Amino acid sequence: MVTNITNLGRSGLSDWLLQRVSAVVLALYTLFIVGFLLLSPGLDFAAWSGLFSQTWMRIFSLLAFISLAAHAWVGLWTVTTDYLKPTGIRVAAQLIIILAIFVFLVWGIIVLWGA
Amino acid sequence: MSTMRSLSFDAIIIGGGGAGLRAALELAKSGKKTAVLSKVFPTRSHTVSAQGGITCAIASADPNDDWRWHMYDTVKGGDYIADQDASEYMCSEGPKAVFELEHMGLPFSRFDNGRIYQRPFGGQSKDFGKGGQAARTCAAADRTGHALLHTLYQNNLKNNTTFLNEWYAVDLVKNANGDVVGCIAMDIETGEVVHVKSKATVMATGGAGRIFASTTNALINTGDGIGMALRAGFPMQDMEMWQFHPTGIYGAGTLVTEGCRGEGGYLVNKDGERFMERYAPNAKDLAGRDVVARSMVMEILEGRGCGEKADHVFLKLDHLGEDVLGKRLPGIVELSKTFAHVDPAKEPIPVVPTCHYMMGGIPTNVHGQAIMQKPDGSDQIVNGLFACGEAACVSVHGANRLGGNSLLDLVVFGRAAGMFIESALNEGIEYLDASESDVAAAMQRITRWNESEGGETVPDLKRELQDIMQTSFGVFREEENMVEGVKRLEELRERIANAYLPDKSNTFNTARVEALELDNLMEVAEATAIAALERKESRGAHSRYDYPDRDDVNWLKHSLYFPAEKRLGKRDVNFAPKTVDMFEPKVRTY
Amino acid sequence: MSKLQVSLYRYNPETDSAPYMQEFQVDTQGRDLMVLDVLHLAKEQDNGLAYRRSCREGVCGSDGMNMNGKNGLACITPLSEVVKGNKLTLRPLPGLPVIRDLVVDMGLFYQQYERIQPYLQNDEPAPAIERLQSPEERDKLDGLYECILCACCSTACPSFWWNPDKFVGPAGLLQSYRFLADSRDMATSERLAELEDPFSVFRCRGIMNCVAVCPKGLNPTRAIGKIREMLLANAT
Repeated sequence: MVTNITNLGRSGLSDWLLQRVSAVVLALYTLFIVGFLLLSPGLDFAAWSGLFSQTWMRIFSLLAFISLAAHAWVGLWTVTTDYLKPTGIRVAAQLIIILAIFVFLVWGIIVLWGA
Repeated sequence: MSTMRSLSFDAIIIGGGGAGLRAALELAKSGKKTAVLSKVFPTRSHTVSAQGGITCAIASADPNDDWRWHMYDTVKGGDYIADQDASEYMCSEGPKAVFELEHMGLPFSRFDNGRIYQRPFGGQSKDFGKGGQAARTCAAADRTGHALLHTLYQNNLKNNTTFLNEWYAVDLVKNANGDVVGCIAMDIETGEVVHVKSKATVMATGGAGRIFASTTNALINTGDGIGMALRAGFPMQDMEMWQFHPTGIYGAGTLVTEGCRGEGGYLVNKDGERFMERYAPNAKDLAGRDVVARSMVMEILEGRGCGEKADHVFLKLDHLGEDVLGKRLPGIVELSKTFAHVDPAKEPIPVVPTCHYMMGGIPTNVHGQAIMQKPDGSDQIVNGLFACGEAACVSVHGANRLGGNSLLDLVVFGRAAGMFIESALNEGIEYLDASESDVAAAMQRITRWNESEGGETVPDLKRELQDIMQTSFGVFREEENMVEGVKRLEELRERIANAYLPDKSNTFNTARVEALELDNLMEVAEATAIAALERKESRGAHSRYDYPDRDDVNWLKHSLYFPAEKRLGKRDVNFAPKTVDMFEPKVRTY
Repeated sequence: MSKLQVSLYRYNPETDSAPYMQEFQVDTQGRDLMVLDVLHLAKEQDNGLAYRRSCREGVCGSDGMNMNGKNGLACITPLSEVVKGNKLTLRPLPGLPVIRDLVVDMGLFYQQYERIQPYLQNDEPAPAIERLQSPEERDKLDGLYECILCACCSTACPSFWWNPDKFVGPAGLLQSYRFLADSRDMATSERLAELEDPFSVFRCRGIMNCVAVCPKGLNPTRAIGKIREMLLANAT
């Protein structure tokens, strides 16, 4: 057993599962957005903001944002442990990544629900 | 000298093959301070190459099987110079040792009822030869040695055995009383030479098939333990007895298991004739290995060999079908494709008798204690020295080993040696320490190589040695040729004593290891040659044109080679098993 | 006759400040030798050349090395399989410290093997005969127990290169699954508990270099997938 305290789920299994589940959510969300854009040729601000004013869309989007945050954390954490061998640099990079993900997530929620 | 590091153990086991690891496991469990010293990582030892299986009367294929039948086959197979007390011990203790292996996790193949799969092997019978072919060889597909060696290594890990891996034992250290009290060994990675002290030194160094040019043996089988013991002045037993395996792949020398014939394969000559029917009407292709090998050579000599040079025969397996080949002989399919460029499901494999096994070795009792001879001819235990496996001559193989008996020998006598050493250590062993001059004596050889400044190099001398052995001491032998061989070996010994090691570096110097191995090959070759020349009869694997018959009046004996005088003596064969009647020597037919 | 151009990785820490490639001309006499035979011939030219070898038939796992860019066993790799343009380049297995020439320090590799407790665990009293196992149960060990610990797979695995101290690697995981799959082994949950961290198993990215190089034709990636399935089944 290799111990870790900076990965998301504290277990490789939960990280692995989260990575896969979040990937599915992101794939569905991407497909939906692309489909919506393709099926709305004369897309204007009203239609776009109309879509995002609906509760189900806001929940779907929030799910996608959280998935993106989790997916990014697991993925980038893995990259840092693969390639950044000096502990100081690795921990600093991990903190910056976590901070950035946190900021983007909160910002996303404000955009989504704040209006 | 004073700067040389020393290590101390209760027991040091030289060799990490099946016998060494089995002995080590017993000692590690007992908590004795033990180390395995091996010139290769243990799973690279030659046991890994054993294919067909481990012969033992576990009564799986036949619920009525009896270890006494196995003992009969073993004694007969050895042409009656296998010691009957030792054969009795091996065959009766065998099932326990095999079940232990299974409990340790060895992945044996299985019958439908869940028991261990057993296949027929050569020389096996039921009811003391009267009940037809037996199937007594327990198998893990055709990778039994690999499965066995890995299982033993794994269980040594489990029991925290100390390993000195990639260490090379150079020579034995004897004290002033002649007791063996350790060895000189070299850490191959660093080149450091260390004095290893121990109360029990176990030679589990395996065979020496590399004295021949064509052999199924691994490149590491250079008879290191035999060489060390001979240089220390101890006698060797039955060194003329070398098994030539009928089915080495032509050209490459790699082994094709007897299990191929056990599963229904057979040998054919250039006319497609199943010639073993002529030589051994009952057992046919499953006669003793010596019998089959000789028959093959006869076919070749009489012009019925296969190929352009008519110098080999074919092993036919295609009639078994891909299913059986894939399930029971997958390794053989691989080896044939790689080394013979033949798919055995479609074409026969070209094979030729190839040096395979050393029946002789360090004489021991069933506890693994090495034996020498008192002037009156009776046995004397060598204090501190033990041997098991191919390096030892207990003797359960006599003049010809049965297929599948070597793996049984390893585990039964590795275990026995371990158990005996444990109890001896519990009772307390104290030997005189080695003096500085005792250690210096054991350092002599490596020092000689390290200080060599010119002369012939190792590969050329090795090739010449192998050529001599191949030419003069092969399947068929005769006086004139052997006299010539002995003479050439004498000359070669002088040249090797003055040979040159160009590379004197310390880090992983394989050239130094090969030089030290050459000395051992030389010792083994000379012991073999002199014993072969002096045994004036044909028995088992030792077969002479000039003495074609077995001579029980003069030679129902072990030979004992004494290195100091280069003299061949005799030692009585044991005919006194404890629980069964002895088997009287009979004419040996299959 | 043109000789085979052999380029060998050389390094002796006692005399060389850095590794270098040395060129040899080896006369194969037109035969399709094994790479190991070529090494023997090169060693006759330079006695100091160091490499490991033992069985010379592909079962002991000593002579794993990198041949023209691909890991494999020198003793069962014929020249016709690797040589391109009459040139053969031999390097030590990648990713492990070099001791000398083609000899690498296998310590990390063995440590990972030992870590998975590579031995059968069963505390129930053993029967007087063998433990029974059906042929179907035994079949599950095929493709697993045959591993020869040559390290060709683990040293071809980028995940093992980056984290050889934490990722068990394909060889160790194949053996781990060999015991998980054994009907006689009773330590399944303890074994799985040791493996569920982010490195031991999950650092496998399914690159499948291990499968591509295994000289015994084994499939560690599939075994790793099976371990993941067992972990998932165990924890959900």
